[in-house]
Amino acid sequence: MRSDNGFKYFSLSVIWIWLTIFALLPFILVSIASFMNHDESHIIQLPFTLAHYGELNNTIYLKIFEKSFYLAGFCTLFCLILGYPFAYIIARMESSFKSLLILLIIIPFWTSSLIRTYSMITILKPKGIINSIMMWLGIVDKPLPLLFSDIAVVIGLIYNLLPFMVLPLLTNIERLDNRLIDAARDLGANRFTTFRRVIMPLTMPGILSGCILVFLPAMTIFYIPDLLGGSKSILLGNLIQNQFLVTENWPLGSAISVVFILLLALLLLIYWRSTRGKTQGELL
Amino acid sequence: MKNKFLQALPTSSYLTLIYLFFYIPIVILIIYSFNEAQYSLLWHGFSWRWYQELFADTDLWIAVWHSLILGVFAASVAMCIGSLAAVSLYRYQFMGRQLLYGLIFILILSPDIVMAISLLILFSFLKIPLGFWSLLLAHITFCIPFVVVTVYSRMASFDEYIFEAAKDLGAKDTVIFSRIILPLLWPAMLAGWLLSFTLSLDDVIISYFVTGPGFEILPLKIYSMVRLGVKPEINALCTVTFVLTLVLVLISQLMLRKKP
Repeated sequence: MRSDNGFKYFSLSVIWIWLTIFALLPFILVSIASFMNHDESHIIQLPFTLAHYGELNNTIYLKIFEKSFYLAGFCTLFCLILGYPFAYIIARMESSFKSLLILLIIIPFWTSSLIRTYSMITILKPKGIINSIMMWLGIVDKPLPLLFSDIAVVIGLIYNLLPFMVLPLLTNIERLDNRLIDAARDLGANRFTTFRRVIMPLTMPGILSGCILVFLPAMTIFYIPDLLGGSKSILLGNLIQNQFLVTENWPLGSAISVVFILLLALLLLIYWRSTRGKTQGELL
Repeated sequence: MKNKFLQALPTSSYLTLIYLFFYIPIVILIIYSFNEAQYSLLWHGFSWRWYQELFADTDLWIAVWHSLILGVFAASVAMCIGSLAAVSLYRYQFMGRQLLYGLIFILILSPDIVMAISLLILFSFLKIPLGFWSLLLAHITFCIPFVVVTVYSRMASFDEYIFEAAKDLGAKDTVIFSRIILPLLWPAMLAGWLLSFTLSLDDVIISYFVTGPGFEILPLKIYSMVRLGVKPEINALCTVTFVLTLVLVLISQLMLRKKP
């Protein structure tokens, strides 16, 4: 029996050492850095200070927070509204096409989001497809300035993140027990009541993990506002990127990130509370 | 028959619309990479011109080479560590098992930018210069959770009695691993490798933070080209990259397909 433990301890220590050094330690360092000082000549230095958290109370930063929240929330809602019926139809399908249809959602999930964002530019630009069609149909007589606006950012975010909403929902809905729905209908519930009282609560884990997978990246994929948005489309991700790579104020950037991580933790807590006792890993 | 068709019409048209939304932009991108015209939306004839210009770009080839090396190393290390982790998560009870599971789960859920800045701070703290090594360590780290999830879900579909039987017959864990688990698991491990490779090939956010001068990789090269302006070569470059990752994803999905 003793030699058996060798394999177990080896594989466990490899993963633990890796994650401790490259996931836990960096996280602790970010938290520490957010309390450090910053000046022209040193990116990070002692003594400790709370100044950067105070700085966050500035209207500029609050505005960016608010706007990111607003746009990401809007994008999440839209993905949910578009994605839920979509996932539901596919999950309940009994067709030989089904695995092909699922594969067609998995492809955008794994392929480059940068390239898909770029393809959005070719659609939205003044001489792009949407404007050409609208002008051809006579809806507008000159190209709409779609590109470089908040609308473009939201469209780009939805385009990129919709698969991240659909896939968790799909796995969750597939596992739904048909008998429960039948029972609800037999007991006299109409379609709406069945959905609200049976289907929705049962698919809550999928809804929540889909929302987390859309909402948080929507605030932080900095290249989407960068490529599709105008100069005013600065979201949280752009702010963090700016603090780290342009103005090199790492402590302030860390403080912003810590606030963001707390938001992540809050959402995870909600997720865990709502799925307690059930299996995890609705993700893939 | 007609009635059934009419019933299915709203749902199937909804599905079609969403799929069109997913694929039309990409298809247009691919079509325009073959358009002779430089700026016009109109079709000026089929041409390989942008591909030829692309292939003549030496800087680009260096970036491609860097990305391939990085992807192969990152995917291979992530595959080994991730598979070992998945096997032990599945087979053993140990202290902190829930914690490890939770940590991997959080790593998948947390947005790239969190890992990006924390690794940047780690590398500056450990005085690891930004370049190949920082990129490699970062890419291994963000690939591991995806390998773990892929391999773990495959493991969960096995008949557990195989391991029990092997153990009863006196096989040690190393033997069980090499004689039973590996032969059964290699398709999932290969799928994990391919997915890691595509993740590494496509990652922008984390690489953007931990890259250094002197080691330019493909996604960042694409990003800087796209930022500078829309040129037809980018259409061609994006098409090539998209098709390449598409092939890798398709192979990985084929590997993961459950045998009847």
